[in-house]
Amino acid sequence: MAIARKVSFKLNGKPVEVTVEPRELLIYTLRERLAHTGPHIGCETSHCGACTVDLNQMSVKSCTVLTVQCEAAELTTIEGMEQGGALHALQQAFHEEHGLQCGYCTPGMITRAYRLLKENPSPSEQDIRSGISGNLCRCTGYQNIVKAVQSAAKKLAAAR
Amino acid sequence: MSETAELKDREHKLQGIGTSMLRNEDAKFIRGQGSYIDDIKLPGMLFGAVVRSPYAHARIRKIDKAKALACPGVVAVLTADDLKPVKLHWMPTLGGDVQAVLADKKVCFQYQEVAMVLGTDRFAAYDGAALVEVDYEELPAIVDPKKSMAPGAPVIREDIQDKKEVGHGPRTHPNHIFTWEAGDKAAADAAFKSAQVTVREEILNPRVHPCPLETCGCVASFDKATGYLTVYITSQAPHLVRTVLAMLSGIAESKIRVVGGDIGGGFGNKVPVYPGYVVAIVASIVTGVPIKWIESRIDNISTTGFARDYHCVGELAADKDGRIKGLRFTALADHGAFNSHVSATKLPAGLFSICTGSYAIPNAYARVDAVYTNKAPGGVAYRCSLRVTEAIYLIERMMDVLALKLGIDKAEIRRRNFVRKEQFPYTTSLGWTLDSGDYHTALDKVLKAVDYEGLRKEQAAKRADPKSPTLMGIGISTFTEIVGAGPTKVCDILGVGLFDSCEIRVHPTGGVIARLGTMSQGQGHATTYAQIIATELGLPASDIVVEEGDTDKSPYGAGTWGSRSTPVSGAATAVAARKIKEKAKKIAAHLLEVSEGDLEWEIDRFKVKGNPGQAKTMKELCMVAHTGNLPAGMEQGLNAITYYDPPNLTFPFGAYLCVLDIDKFTGEAKVRRFYALDDCGTRINPMIIEGQIHGGLTEAFAVAMGQQIPFDESGNHLGNSLMDYFLPTAVETPKWETDHTVTLCPHHPLGAKGVAESPHVGGIPCFSNAVIDAFAHLGVTHMDMPHSAWRVWQQCKALGVNKR
Amino acid sequence: MIPAGFDYHAPRSVADAVRLLGQLGPEAKLLAGGHSLLPMMKLRFAEPAHLVDLGRIAELRGISEAGNEVRIGAMTTEAELLRSKLLAEKVPLLVEGAGWIADPQVRNKGTIGGDISHGDPANDQPALMLALDASFVLTGPKGERVVKADGYFLGLYSTQLAEDEILTQIRIPLPPAGSGWSYQKLKRKTGDFATAATAVMLQMKGRSVARVAIALTNAGPTVLKARAAEAYLAGKALDDASLNEAARLAMGICQPTPDQRGDAEYKVAMCGEMTRRALQAAHARAKG
Repeated sequence: MAIARKVSFKLNGKPVEVTVEPRELLIYTLRERLAHTGPHIGCETSHCGACTVDLNQMSVKSCTVLTVQCEAAELTTIEGMEQGGALHALQQAFHEEHGLQCGYCTPGMITRAYRLLKENPSPSEQDIRSGISGNLCRCTGYQNIVKAVQSAAKKLAAAR
Repeated sequence: MSETAELKDREHKLQGIGTSMLRNEDAKFIRGQGSYIDDIKLPGMLFGAVVRSPYAHARIRKIDKAKALACPGVVAVLTADDLKPVKLHWMPTLGGDVQAVLADKKVCFQYQEVAMVLGTDRFAAYDGAALVEVDYEELPAIVDPKKSMAPGAPVIREDIQDKKEVGHGPRTHPNHIFTWEAGDKAAADAAFKSAQVTVREEILNPRVHPCPLETCGCVASFDKATGYLTVYITSQAPHLVRTVLAMLSGIAESKIRVVGGDIGGGFGNKVPVYPGYVVAIVASIVTGVPIKWIESRIDNISTTGFARDYHCVGELAADKDGRIKGLRFTALADHGAFNSHVSATKLPAGLFSICTGSYAIPNAYARVDAVYTNKAPGGVAYRCSLRVTEAIYLIERMMDVLALKLGIDKAEIRRRNFVRKEQFPYTTSLGWTLDSGDYHTALDKVLKAVDYEGLRKEQAAKRADPKSPTLMGIGISTFTEIVGAGPTKVCDILGVGLFDSCEIRVHPTGGVIARLGTMSQGQGHATTYAQIIATELGLPASDIVVEEGDTDKSPYGAGTWGSRSTPVSGAATAVAARKIKEKAKKIAAHLLEVSEGDLEWEIDRFKVKGNPGQAKTMKELCMVAHTGNLPAGMEQGLNAITYYDPPNLTFPFGAYLCVLDIDKFTGEAKVRRFYALDDCGTRINPMIIEGQIHGGLTEAFAVAMGQQIPFDESGNHLGNSLMDYFLPTAVETPKWETDHTVTLCPHHPLGAKGVAESPHVGGIPCFSNAVIDAFAHLGVTHMDMPHSAWRVWQQCKALGVNKR
Repeated sequence: MIPAGFDYHAPRSVADAVRLLGQLGPEAKLLAGGHSLLPMMKLRFAEPAHLVDLGRIAELRGISEAGNEVRIGAMTTEAELLRSKLLAEKVPLLVEGAGWIADPQVRNKGTIGGDISHGDPANDQPALMLALDASFVLTGPKGERVVKADGYFLGLYSTQLAEDEILTQIRIPLPPAGSGWSYQKLKRKTGDFATAATAVMLQMKGRSVARVAIALTNAGPTVLKARAAEAYLAGKALDDASLNEAARLAMGICQPTPDQRGDAEYKVAMCGEMTRRALQAAHARAKG
């Protein structure tokens, strides 16, 4: 049947190598082989976005990517946001603006917002809302998430 | 520093009640270091995948496990027959019924659990599940609850066919569960007979689902050597689960540990004990290794506790000035195939009798008839405060219906019927004593903030303009809801009273640990309970650690649902803290060589009256309490535990107003403005309260404007994935404006009432009223939810407003 | 949640991909963006024994101008279409349409070729392709052939693409200067498939319609071209009366599948409404 194959890629800056069946989804490789349980599973129809990671400088839903498609890829997850003991501006902003409650959507949401701000450093509120439309949240009603992204955008702009 | 500045500074350091303290729990979540159920990995753990019925009603002729067992990695396939030796193929529910754990001889709803395949990993388990072969003989299904009690209707529950009652009084038909009544029917009927005007509407509260972002699951781990069972579980009520497991399994409750870790949203979805949990536990007992079961999203929507499905008739009798003289509300309740929902034993229809709402209604009668159908079991869930969503939806809709009939403004008719401020505590004609309220002030504040008169003028102008492409609707909801279950004389589940608890230990250097019987699923308990203790004890909230969820550590409690944490455990926390403060005061008096009566408390210390230089801070007293320098006969330590049995439920209230514009040609409704004023008494953390309001309103928006669980006539699901189940994104979700008043709860130690379900209870009728108000000038008195574009367009078409 | 097992192939050239398809036969499915196929496989509605991933074939990507047309590699993602300055300037309909597809993450993987080849009437690209009078390059063991989008879509999940062929390139003739364009999509929420959607390309001559293309998404078993409406509008002004009639003619060819988005009556009416709004929006943009 399906022959497992070796896949090598960079995860949060560190090289990793896994051996997986072709049908293994990236989300399972991250969570179960590589102990990165930040990205979460919230559905099986690619709607909720809780599994969002940054793959080759793009936000993707890791539940709809095969690990075997990730050869030589560069992957960033929520675990890679904090650098040298310093929280990313987004992480700090989510905390300060009460942009999380149960925390389940948060890793995917922050990872998506990270790429959103790289693509569009000064987003309008509408830009932010449509920019995170691939990430569902049941707790916050999004309002404080939007404030958090706006706050982080300001801080990142000031730091440039 | 001036004296006032110094006091402010000391107060600020505490971050106590009233402060928008940033959350203690955020640090792990923003780093992706939460510990949710699917993050748990134990050595030797097997994965369980459930095989489910494709039919809503069918006999099981045969189950063939052979192909599944031959699949690589499959360890076992469990069916009802495998659970029979331990008598766990059926289990008691929290509603007084029994429920099949794995279907025995027949299935009663689509996706019902038929078997569980245990595999060495997820892949093997799912591959094995695909290979289990089940022979079904399809039976006619009942999907419409109005057909459940028809003569000759197919019997759904053959297992209890001969039972004359299922926990809540006599049954009149095999598909009947119970009939519950409240109030005085004769008095209500008399009021209707003599009324100047009566109104009647048939009002549906459709079946919906809480759909938290994390689905349900568990890791069950039985240690054969010690006989000790540990269950990690997505449960809002770990202690209740432990007691139920002890009853089910025969294992001593002292050898069962239930652990609720981080939970990705509950909203009532994670209260019931689901078959998947029980099979996983049995599997672990049999195999002696940990078993993980995590359901899929489709499983979650299709089989775990749904909400609502109340088919109601609302009637009000009033005089010509709109003063209500009588109320008759009846509901046909579709409970699905098993009565599994949480409800206090004496209250099988939950707190539905709050349906007199914020109004002084002299004669009232409520009745709920509950029936079985071939659908998933449930009913009480989704921020409902135990059927309060159903009750308040009904009364708030009927207020608008009455207003329309009499040509009275929808805000004015409410004012005329409100319980007045001076009437509190007010006992309603259905028996609840509303603790405190000031409904007039709340409503007036909202109307002023939105310029209500201006809005009605604008609406009148738009109505007069045939070229207007939109219909403008204004929705009002002035709700009172009932939370904080509850006094044990009224509220128990399987006999266990709904008290709750807090245990506090203060350490010598001033750190504190508090453990409670509640269970946060995102509500911020690690912060708010700490803030209560900070204010009571004068120690900084950032040094106060709060733990919930581990039944080995926490004192007994009924968990977090129905907005009960602040009313019950919040009270327990204050009472426990005050016990500690009392003891600390004695120590302070001893140290300062004065009597207790000479001391007064100021923020974080006891001061001698008239001699402010003489003081002892709580921090100092923490250390002293662990030394020998104590009053004679006093034990060391500063600890307390309180089990709080509330004297009453609490009654938060609010006034909400929604403005929306409906596109006549597509039926799409755009929310222009939503103003929400909430009164939950004392506000512990305003930031967290506002977050709860945002979330509850968003869920209300989803329910009112798009959610439903549709079925075809054979009981097949028509929209049970996130493709169809409406979860709004940030684009659809309106912006929320929040406001508040503060009316203290007279019977709560902190004057607090609880708030997290209010926005959902009050929000749904507000949206619904707004949509219907958009058509009110054309004679429309009611439209059922969900107000999807399609359904609203059908109304536009029926009225001919979509013609160009 | 877990797909059935399969073998995975990642060819580096179109020729290799075609060869593989030939070798593996009907048990093989092409993997483009994967956001239609993988969800079906996770629910085990599809269980191909082989997946041929087109994601490593560089020649299948890219947007360029060649003579009078724009050429787009089939594996170009919706996000790449959205970012393209060339398209924004020369084929803005495609940029507007791509922005209505799914959500940001899905657009980073979903491809124009995949959206076209699936043969799903709910996908948005087919209507855009018909409105733009696009052509498709189909590559098989016998070489390349170019077929027009108009006539490519045969029925539900059925196109002119043979089992051993791959859609490799989309060719779009540059719309004449002054063209008006619009894609109006009614949906239950962001990211949903269309309840109804209409793509319009419009050229005006003075106050009359010189030429108009109208294509309908999710209004039948396949994408539909509203030919009667197009013919009717030629030479006419766009006013309430002609818009009403064009909408009526478009509605006349609709056979939508009832589902949770709406019954046939609603979907047909919404097709009319989206057609009207697309014509109005295109008119507002048109110059000439």
